[in-house]
Amino acid sequence: MSSVGFGSITREGLWTNNVVFGQLLALCPLLAVTGTATNGLGMGLASTAVMVASGLAVSLVRGAIAPDVRIPAFVLIIATLVTLVDMAMNAWLHELYKVLGLFIPLIVTNCAILGRAESFASRHDPLRSAYDGLVMGIGFTFALVALGAVREIIGSGTLFAGASLLLGERMAFLETTLIPDYKGFLLLILPPGAFIVLGFLMAGKRVIDTWLERRAEARRALAADAMEV
Amino acid sequence: MAEDKTTDKDAKNADAPPPETRRLIHNPVYPTLMLGLFALAAAASLGYGNKATEGPIAERHAEDLRASLSQVIPDSRHDNDPSADTLRIGDHTVYRATRGGRVTGVAFETVGYGYGGAIVVLLGVDADGAILGARVLKHAETPGLGDKIEASRDDWILGFDGLSLDGTPSKDWAVKKDGGRFDQFSGATITPRAVVKAIKQGLEFFATHKGRLLAAAQTEAGT
Repeated sequence: MSSVGFGSITREGLWTNNVVFGQLLALCPLLAVTGTATNGLGMGLASTAVMVASGLAVSLVRGAIAPDVRIPAFVLIIATLVTLVDMAMNAWLHELYKVLGLFIPLIVTNCAILGRAESFASRHDPLRSAYDGLVMGIGFTFALVALGAVREIIGSGTLFAGASLLLGERMAFLETTLIPDYKGFLLLILPPGAFIVLGFLMAGKRVIDTWLERRAEARRALAADAMEV
Repeated sequence: MAEDKTTDKDAKNADAPPPETRRLIHNPVYPTLMLGLFALAAAASLGYGNKATEGPIAERHAEDLRASLSQVIPDSRHDNDPSADTLRIGDHTVYRATRGGRVTGVAFETVGYGYGGAIVVLLGVDADGAILGARVLKHAETPGLGDKIEASRDDWILGFDGLSLDGTPSKDWAVKKDGGRFDQFSGATITPRAVVKAIKQGLEFFATHKGRLLAAAQTEAGT
């Protein structure tokens, strides 16, 4: 089990088994914060930090955890880490905390983190587990930013509004108004819009996957033909 | 953990713990002890985290308060720190701006109920009862419609500056739709109506307690 390659972890986390598009987990924070791409990015980064730390922590103590009480132990570890992230953000990233503050405690309810602790970190070495947390987190961040960007562009006509709050003044150039004098499309800013856009994005992933599969099949068929000849 | 590492190297089998560990893990007392230890470690790290962030967090909150106060009471009006000069009247915490010992303005929160629950407005009033400034601190109104009450999105809230109960007849304290003087927003009437009501109530609160608000500071400054 311990010999899972880093390449396959990467592929799983970013695409095949993506937290949102593959496992359909973590929808609660996903739908709640993705009104703008910036909020999605902030939530994604905070979740990634927790996922790396929890992967590492769970993997380090995996030998000591009694199987019967492993779930409470994981929950305890994750809740502690989230609380620490919450306090640290409140103290040192206060502007961002004011935007995301309400959602940070929600990371605890992000079942993806418990899911990775149970299905990966408790069975693999610390390095692989932390790496798995990192790519899973990046995959989650990717989903959050994609959803936030679509909702923000169609909903308010801007992209990465408020990015300087999150990334510092140097990144202010990211803030763009794509459609000037846009009246806004309220539906997409409200929670139902998140469901609708998520549906379209998942359909998009299916289309790409089908296309990839067909291409792979065609190549296999071609190779088989070549063999016969 | 040390045992785990040696097996890793020696037996090349990371998943099977040595027999002693296995027996230990299956001892019925073990899970209890383990969870207890985990809880202890969690509590210790949370305690440490709290200690490390306590100071900065309190500082940030004080900064936030000062920043919002300076929006409703111009800095030129006072030579004290209004966020530190407070007075409690009923449920309200009143921040007082003084200059040379005389009260030049007070600020306090007033609450209205809009479409999405409570709307908290910070209201700055000068000694004569005229509005110095009003800012919405907290609300859960519909984004894109009701959130025009935020100063960062619309100038609407600035329209209250300079108004007072004496200068504006009671019936004018309403949105235009209700026969008053304040604009409603297209698609959102409940929100501005709640803000207008909250601000009017704030001014009434000031009028009721005017003597105490202004005098208390004077006696305090005198002693």
